[in-house]
Amino acid sequence: MTTNVTGPATGGALPGAGVPAAAGAVPGGPSLETPDLTGTTLPGAPRKMKLDNSEVALRSISYAVVGVFALLCALPFLLIVSASFSQESKIMEHGFSLLPRGFSTEAYQLIFRSPRQILGSYAVTVIMTVAGSALGLAITAMTGYALQRKDFPLRNHISFFIYFTTLFSAGLAPTYLWVAVTLGLRGNYLAVFLQLLLSPWLIILMKNFARSVPYEVIESGKIDGAGDFRIFAQLVLPMLKPALATIGLFLALGYWNEWYLSSLYLGSTVEFKPLQYYLYNIINTANALRTSVAGANVTITDLPSNTLKMASAVVATGPIILLYPFVQKYFVSGITVGAVKG
Amino acid sequence: MAARTTEPPAISTPAATRSGSASFWKSMRHSKVLLVMCLPAIVFFLVFAYGPMPGAYIAFTNFNYRDGIFGSPFVGLRNFEFLVKSGQLWLLTKNTVLYNVAFIVIGNVLQIALALMLNEIRSKYFKKVSQTLMFLPYFVSVVLIGVIAFNLLNYDTGALNALIISTGGNPVKIYSEAGLWPFIIVIAHLWQSTGYGSIVYFAAIMGLDTSMFEAAAIDGASAWQRIRYIILPSLKPTFVILLLFSLGGIMRGNFGLFWNLVGNNAQLFQTTDIIETSVYRMLTSQNNFTTSTAVGLYQSLFGFALVMTVNWIVRRINSDYALF
Repeated sequence: MTTNVTGPATGGALPGAGVPAAAGAVPGGPSLETPDLTGTTLPGAPRKMKLDNSEVALRSISYAVVGVFALLCALPFLLIVSASFSQESKIMEHGFSLLPRGFSTEAYQLIFRSPRQILGSYAVTVIMTVAGSALGLAITAMTGYALQRKDFPLRNHISFFIYFTTLFSAGLAPTYLWVAVTLGLRGNYLAVFLQLLLSPWLIILMKNFARSVPYEVIESGKIDGAGDFRIFAQLVLPMLKPALATIGLFLALGYWNEWYLSSLYLGSTVEFKPLQYYLYNIINTANALRTSVAGANVTITDLPSNTLKMASAVVATGPIILLYPFVQKYFVSGITVGAVKG
Repeated sequence: MAARTTEPPAISTPAATRSGSASFWKSMRHSKVLLVMCLPAIVFFLVFAYGPMPGAYIAFTNFNYRDGIFGSPFVGLRNFEFLVKSGQLWLLTKNTVLYNVAFIVIGNVLQIALALMLNEIRSKYFKKVSQTLMFLPYFVSVVLIGVIAFNLLNYDTGALNALIISTGGNPVKIYSEAGLWPFIIVIAHLWQSTGYGSIVYFAAIMGLDTSMFEAAAIDGASAWQRIRYIILPSLKPTFVILLLFSLGGIMRGNFGLFWNLVGNNAQLFQTTDIIETSVYRMLTSQNNFTTSTAVGLYQSLFGFALVMTVNWIVRRINSDYALF
């Protein structure tokens, strides 16, 4: 190390001194290029100082930028929570701010004074999320596993059959007519529940996860006389626990955050809207605030509409955020494993 | 038979199927359990993805409920003609593509920058907490993002206007200023996806051989040189793959984000209307099935051609990067 430091200390004039060091990093690299990296830009003796400087500079910038960005990601959530605990009159006067203006739990009291709507929405969303994720996960796991079995003759055909749906789709209007009219699912929770059940991306992701199971495991199961389903259920599934957690999480998120299909197929035909669609209505339709939060006997002008909207957002989002730190690692593996190839 | 089943790609092309049809049926019999395991998924995609496809025929008709999809009068390409002549198709395509270009270019630059900086963080605690916060926006529903936008931007009580007023300025009617919205939408998209998107690049950096960094340090490379000559070049494959993926989807918009930010606010359409929002509005508020289907079909076909082209080019350059 010390020889390397003193070597280029004499400057780029002696390229030979810099060569041995650079040769280690770039074996066989042309020696002409080496002074660029070691000689000219980094004169030796003060180099240790300079090296530290650039490291220190980069590190401080990194801490500062990452810290600020992380705060920027979190602050809007604080904005909403603060607003939900503010006094409506203060908000009307001064506008929303990062810290509560005054302190009031009026909005929450209003929501939970007649909690029928919000509890109904919770029930619908929780039931759909739990049942949908469980069923979707079971089907996704079976399909993903079967499609990566190299001895399954139809695997390429079926894989393409599924993958093609990501390339071409009928479009919104024909799909709407088909599901709402032909299948007769308008106003039926099944229209939402079924359409979120499977995703080609998650099946491909499962397939990629399942590739990691050594074929010897399947082979050994066969030798022991186990059928294909038993091999899957008893030998393969236990090895795929992280994959199941990841895909289950994405399915659950899809159900929990659902508002779009509800807006198309449920509209106002159902009494209890899925949670995010319930929130969507409160934010976007003036009337929804009155009918679904406070009960019909209040006039809209009496309602603390600003704080009510924010409190509804907190109530509709709260649980999933509390759950989030525990599932974060599966969330991360979803994007790193999922080099989504067909 | 045992030898047959362990042979890796037993049947991969239709030609192979024909040449060995006896052994094909034999191996099919042996893998009927696997086929049954795939059956629910096959039925699902048959019903919910392939089932509606014939309905795209609406794009060539003057659809009415009474006559149904195939009874309605056939009008050929007239629906498309109208869309092209009115300039609507061009506006929607332009908005959709330009927004995606902005998302892709700025998004990837920020994701790489963020991943590089995360790599410099030595404190485990700091890294964990900041990552947790950075992924959070991707985790919550887009409806909540609409709520945040309302909180920040509305004229009467928005936090931004409150700030402007407190510093002596005049409040801005943000929800009627179409020119501001490209910035707002791009910022909202970046806010939501940069943290999560940086994971891919961060994982790629973490996977690098640390002996390269040690060698560079011994050679006296500065931190900037380490990034410029070692890390950035090694991120190139990841970058290329992600770029190709996004290019294939450049005709597809992020409906949820646009709709929850803009919704039915016609004052902003000139700068914010993308294919998805327009198709949704035509269907839900105008009940216009024909135009909605025509625009959707145009998007689907164009997008399909785009993916095939990108994939064909990639396959010629380096087939490892090809999608299929």
